[in-house]
Amino acid sequence: MSTQESGPFLSVRDLRVHFPTDDGVVKAVDGLSFDVWRGKTLGIVGESGSGKSVANQAVLGLHNPKHTRISGEIHLEDQELTTAPERRLEQLRGNKVAMIFQDPLTALSPYYTVGRQIGEPFRKHRGASRKEARERTIDMLARVGIPHPARRVDDYPHQFSGGMRQRAMIAMALMCDPDLLIADEPTTALDVTVQAQILDLLMELQQEFGSAIIMITHDLGVVSRVSDDVLVMYAGRAVERGTAREVLGRPRHPYTWGLLSSMPRLRGDVGRDLVPIAGTPPSLLAPPPGCPFEPRCAFSDHVADPVDCATDRPALPEERGAACHLTAEQKRTIFAERIRPRLR
Amino acid sequence: MLRFILRRTLGAIAILLVISAVTFFLFYAIPRNPALLACGKGVCTQEQLAVVEHNLGIDKPVPQQYIEYMSGLFIGRDFPAGSCPAPCLGFSFRDNRPVLDTILDRLPTTVSLTVGGALVFLVLGLAFGMLAAARRGTLLDKTMSSTSLVLSSMQIYFLGPLALAVLVHNTQLLPQPQYVPISEDPWGWFQGLLLPWLVLSTIFTANYTRLSRATLIEQLQEDHVRTAKAKGMAPRTVFFRYAWRGSLIPIVTIFGIDIGSLFGGAMITEYTFSLHGLGRLAVESVTQSNLPMLMGVMLFAALMIVLFNIVIDACYALIDPRVRLD
Amino acid sequence: MTSGTLSKDGATEGPGGSGAGAGTPLMTVRDLTKHFPVRAGFPFKRTVGAVRAVDGVDFTVHEGESFGLVGESGCGKSTTGRLLARLIDPTAGTISYRDRDITHAGRKEMAPIRSEIQMIFQDPYSSLNPRQTVGTIIRGPMEINGIDPPGGREARVRELLETVGLNPEHYNRFPHEFSGGQRQRIGVARALALEPKLIIADEPVSALDVSIQAQVVNLLKGVQRDLGIAFLFIAHDLAVVRHFSQRIAVMYLGRIVEVGERADIYERPRHPYTHALLSAVPEVDTGDTDAAGQGDAAPARERIRLQGDVPSPTDPPSGCRFRTRCWKAQQRCAAETPPLIRIGGNAEGHLTACHFPEEGTTLAH
Repeated sequence: MSTQESGPFLSVRDLRVHFPTDDGVVKAVDGLSFDVWRGKTLGIVGESGSGKSVANQAVLGLHNPKHTRISGEIHLEDQELTTAPERRLEQLRGNKVAMIFQDPLTALSPYYTVGRQIGEPFRKHRGASRKEARERTIDMLARVGIPHPARRVDDYPHQFSGGMRQRAMIAMALMCDPDLLIADEPTTALDVTVQAQILDLLMELQQEFGSAIIMITHDLGVVSRVSDDVLVMYAGRAVERGTAREVLGRPRHPYTWGLLSSMPRLRGDVGRDLVPIAGTPPSLLAPPPGCPFEPRCAFSDHVADPVDCATDRPALPEERGAACHLTAEQKRTIFAERIRPRLR
Repeated sequence: MLRFILRRTLGAIAILLVISAVTFFLFYAIPRNPALLACGKGVCTQEQLAVVEHNLGIDKPVPQQYIEYMSGLFIGRDFPAGSCPAPCLGFSFRDNRPVLDTILDRLPTTVSLTVGGALVFLVLGLAFGMLAAARRGTLLDKTMSSTSLVLSSMQIYFLGPLALAVLVHNTQLLPQPQYVPISEDPWGWFQGLLLPWLVLSTIFTANYTRLSRATLIEQLQEDHVRTAKAKGMAPRTVFFRYAWRGSLIPIVTIFGIDIGSLFGGAMITEYTFSLHGLGRLAVESVTQSNLPMLMGVMLFAALMIVLFNIVIDACYALIDPRVRLD
Repeated sequence: MTSGTLSKDGATEGPGGSGAGAGTPLMTVRDLTKHFPVRAGFPFKRTVGAVRAVDGVDFTVHEGESFGLVGESGCGKSTTGRLLARLIDPTAGTISYRDRDITHAGRKEMAPIRSEIQMIFQDPYSSLNPRQTVGTIIRGPMEINGIDPPGGREARVRELLETVGLNPEHYNRFPHEFSGGQRQRIGVARALALEPKLIIADEPVSALDVSIQAQVVNLLKGVQRDLGIAFLFIAHDLAVVRHFSQRIAVMYLGRIVEVGERADIYERPRHPYTHALLSAVPEVDTGDTDAAGQGDAAPARERIRLQGDVPSPTDPPSGCRFRTRCWKAQQRCAAETPPLIRIGGNAEGHLTACHFPEEGTTLAH
């Protein structure tokens, strides 16, 4: 593929985002690597505290540098972002890389009109006049499906419904034709019928503008709907990656198995109980030295000596696969014999 | 917006009517005999007392007194010692002139003091708060926070004489405080009030520094501030356009509550620096048992507070469109 | 029963009498209505309209069954729950508990019933008093109701902690020492303290991560099965409701549009809104076609996309409330409110409020 030849658009290597606190250092992201390709959607899935949002805010340098320690590499095309000066990042934000957040009510300022807030990045990055920005804003509002855009452009966010606010956020993100769109739980606060509309819209716009998308979500269903590639995060690290088909159809990590089998579904047997993951995620202040999932893992005793899941940290293969000490054969058979029957 | 102001004005009139009734009954109906107080306990003869009672108009039954008092507010009334045109807040028998005339004489001093003082503490408090919030955690922030904590536990009656002794009498850095009408000599007006402004505003400045810092830090964590940053706005724009605007709402709220204490502070400041304003007038009326004057001042102060609160509400509507459009 | 049309009464009697097979009705509501007045005007505020949060709802929860109430935000499901818990007073309609009309029951009349109806709330962080120990929190209902279980209250609390899967040794800990899932377990233990007959659970798992959510769903399922407690389970997540409830009602803009057994709602839905709701849920495509058969694979699913937003509950559309977003809407839908009845092709107890229902054989997914 031609995109493969030119290399990934965004490449993150061994990213660490640590927050020093009074109780110690919170290792929110601890050695994360992933690639995002042009025109493709990477779904990053994980539960709260997995570091999925923190990592992506680090891409745009949104953390307060005084309270954050960031190391590793973030390459956007040929630029290195972890060491880039603030001015450089400012030029990227809302321009080449745009972001959409979870709660569109709090993510928009209540004090300014929707139109003004949407137009701002266009004025800043393209030096457009007030009038030009307004025209483009109205076009964009129409494009994301807001009725009567010429009138609604002067409304305040609280006059919009939840779904319309998220559409407005998307319009704002697309004002400068970004090459990468980072969507952080964009539909979590929305009703299911509105969620479907917004996901459709995002996919449609991706077709039209060819941006790369990072879809951060806790919902495997959303990942399945929109992603080409999937990255599963747990306790600040990536535990599995691959194409959506591979990760959701033939998952190889016990945590992914746990996620899939604890998820209630719209079809299949309801007589059986769900199979939750025992226990709770580890503290990010003192994560386990070995595999972060070991304390909750039902299969760590399958791992043969001398490897000890509690002390040996498993590596995540470069392209696809799971960060797990189980052998490929074990992963295949455990999934086929013990996990897959639960998913029916 | 017009409807909003109209509604608030009608509400204010209702509140003032209630306040006037309450002050009336507080001052005229409750003390056993205000005339005796005014005349002087022990030295007053029965005849003198009757004259005073007649002059005060309290020889009539209470309901009639109240009706006369209220009608005085709207159409004025005549006293044996002279006439009192509407709006008649009362008639002072000590100097034989309507209470309102005296109040209006004293008003510019108090207005100069309070408005100037408020400007000083709002500007300084907000500026210091912004500086501390922007440099959060630095030595500057910590110094300002601890200084403001110390200053906010001060009292005007302690600060005032101290400042007077040090800055005026000992070092002569500042001129003796006095009131010169701004129309006569603006520079003299400014110089004469500089020290009272500083003294009156010190504690408020400290409080508003802390408040402004706290609300700004809170606003800086808001989602929409992060959105502004994420779309490439310059740090200055993010700070002022997004975070600062939101931080104004609690400040306006607290300012609305503080207006009463501002008048209280002005009263002490006037007394400390021998300025002849409304505060001093109130104190004088108490010591001289000049009840009509005291009542007039109280009602006038209530009017000012109610008016200020309308302004505060209008400020809310200006800052926050959600208030405006409700 | 005081109000409600004949057809409504007749219709909802259906699931109560048979269908469910769950036995005796525990709580029945008829024509339940809650309007929140909207006050505005100048100079004196007056009632200018009403948010018609719940607008004529009929259903029955039977002893020991889990009845699910599902719908999107603003459909009135939470208000219904609060009405049933008698936390707010209905504008109209009746609520009866074990054949006793408790619609307007006072404090005294409610006293013996209060302990039989308990609530579990959504937010495990704000629904527990942070200054009380777990023991005090769970003991609270027993103290208020003056109940002394054999063996003492503390022993009972320890037993409850064990029932909900917490360590009884944690009796003296404070809520902040627990994770979100554990806090929700504390909430469940508190609800169980008085051995209730009915638990009203308002979005009990929606604030929890999926792996923890499954733990709590399983716990609630166990409670319902083993202790025979009936549930009114209110949730927006259709998959969670499917796992937990035997009978489900779908609400839209203050009304029930469809009610029936789990299989009726999820496999043979007749109301267009139920179809739209089901098809909007993104499902995981496991690519699992080899074993489960082609019919199960996601790509075969019919996609329905509703346009626009839910209309305002202050001014709901006339007739069928869903008609403004419905692809099948016709003149009649605006003129005539479709009754919630057993339409042709429905199983017993499966009621649909629609003039032009989908075919009974159409699979929503």
